[in-house]
Amino acid sequence: MNELALAIPWLGKRNPLAARWLVIAIAIAAPLVAMAFGRTWVRVLDFALLYILLALGLNLVVGFAGLLDLGYIAFYAVGAYTAAFLASPHFDVHLPIWIVLPLAACFAATAGITLGFPVLRLRGDYLAIVTLGFGEIVRIFMNNLNYPINITNGPQGINALDPVVLFGWDLSRNIQVTEELSINSLFLYYYFFLLCVVGSIIFIQRLQISRVGRAWAAMRDDELAAKAIGINTRNMKLLAFALGATFGGVSGVLFGTFQGFVSPESFSLMESIAVLTMVVFGGMGNIAGAIVGAIILSALPEILRHLAVPVQQALFGHVLLDPEVLRMLLLSLAMILMMLLRPSGLIPASAKYSHIRYLKAKGVTE
Amino acid sequence: MITLLEARNIGKRFGGLQALSDVSLTIRKGEVYGLIGPNGAGKTTFFNVLTGAYTPDGGEFVFNGAVLPSGKPHLVVAQGVARTFQNIRLFRELTALENVMAGHHIRTSAGVWGILTQNKHTVEEERLTTERAYELLRYVGIERFATATAKNLSYGDQRRLEIARALATEPQLLALDEPAAGMNATETVHLKALIEQIRGDGITVLLIEHDVKLVMGLCDRVAVLDFGRKIAEDVPAEVQKNEAVIGAYLGGGQKHAH
Repeated sequence: MNELALAIPWLGKRNPLAARWLVIAIAIAAPLVAMAFGRTWVRVLDFALLYILLALGLNLVVGFAGLLDLGYIAFYAVGAYTAAFLASPHFDVHLPIWIVLPLAACFAATAGITLGFPVLRLRGDYLAIVTLGFGEIVRIFMNNLNYPINITNGPQGINALDPVVLFGWDLSRNIQVTEELSINSLFLYYYFFLLCVVGSIIFIQRLQISRVGRAWAAMRDDELAAKAIGINTRNMKLLAFALGATFGGVSGVLFGTFQGFVSPESFSLMESIAVLTMVVFGGMGNIAGAIVGAIILSALPEILRHLAVPVQQALFGHVLLDPEVLRMLLLSLAMILMMLLRPSGLIPASAKYSHIRYLKAKGVTE
Repeated sequence: MITLLEARNIGKRFGGLQALSDVSLTIRKGEVYGLIGPNGAGKTTFFNVLTGAYTPDGGEFVFNGAVLPSGKPHLVVAQGVARTFQNIRLFRELTALENVMAGHHIRTSAGVWGILTQNKHTVEEERLTTERAYELLRYVGIERFATATAKNLSYGDQRRLEIARALATEPQLLALDEPAAGMNATETVHLKALIEQIRGDGITVLLIEHDVKLVMGLCDRVAVLDFGRKIAEDVPAEVQKNEAVIGAYLGGGQKHAH
């Protein structure tokens, strides 16, 4: 869990243990603090966790395996629509989350491999263009598959998705502890998402320090040399696409069930770019970077959204810039500032691909 | 002497250029076999065809009695043929240790499920891979840089690291593409000692090299390529006297007609 300490670089270097506990404390206390400012902010945090999950998955593909993917949001869409098909009144199928989640993960992984096969030989810009096209294809399908047979309900989207129910416990209902005290549903979702994020971090970290993680890094640094030492680059690329897509799919299910509503407009190209920006902004190729990038770039626009309208009204008497425009402006500004000041991201990758502890007896220090 | 690798009538053409034509040679187990020739003679092309980076237009390689798959580099490595590159190709962002560990990939088997659950097999394999990689760094003499990022190593050490990474694939035949290129005299002496040590440990070495002193002092037998053809194959002392070879290197007239 050293990656956690990295999330707070100034403390992490001096006192990794304190930094780790600080991160855990922040993660647990965050919604309680946010609640003081209103329920909207807890909702913002819930979405931040979903973006973390997305950024972690995309970081696997872009940061670890070096495959620039501009259509990542398509897997998010696959997950969300799987949930919409299998747990909503749309087809009148109501499967529990324990079945929907793995199924969506499988579908997303399949979609990842489907994308992976045709782009195996492509790299860099060419890969980016094809994946971009893939993302758009999926969105346009969702948008138009309501005729002649209504599958996706078209641009109207699908309503009233079943909420997450864990062991008969409905996360969408507030828990009434005593007469005055009730635990808001947003908290329940927050901690459920947090659990998913923690699980993902552990899994990705294990992948990173393994023969698979090293094979990806090798492929990213020099594909020809990776082949020459016996790495089957085709399989490793497909694995990266499949696993990355899995995270997108899981995140999509959580998004759909949390919001209770899915529509194609949630999966536009701009969303793919937003997630990629989070990964690049935080620092490609390390877990802490993806997390910090996702938190900052998903929470800041919300803060801006709430400040922009009143501030503009106070200054000019009316609203000049729409908050949604400001969001893109902010993302672009963040990228420009990052390129000028910290070209390798907020937290530059110092990713480890081996456990030095195995060599302790030989006197190797980190 | 047992034959380890037999190249049978290897041909490779790039458009109008016949890079290799009808090259046949045999490498015996345990020897250091030199492959020399002027620039553009087809040496590196031969390496690329051997290791599966290119598919030959004709001919085949027989390794340990079995035909090597063509155009499938990872299967060739699995059979026991490893290579290094003329222009060093390390995994720049990985540490020296991790570079060598990556080289062990083909000899390990942990899958995604094992990695997710960190089962006994995966943990043990990871520990062995780490230890082995460190031993190989020690073998080539750069273990003190185990945790240094590959791109920060000195030129000579990068060459050594590339050899260690190739050795991590547990090869029977190690193909070195101009390992002494760009090295100073001291580094070349150390390299020669390292190659002799590798041979001493029972690994056959195929060596492309321009440094004549190194080739003559190290190789048991030498083949000479010129314009994609093998013009000589003999012990170094004989090759040095061969007129065709002298002609190829010094420009003997009719050979350079086209």
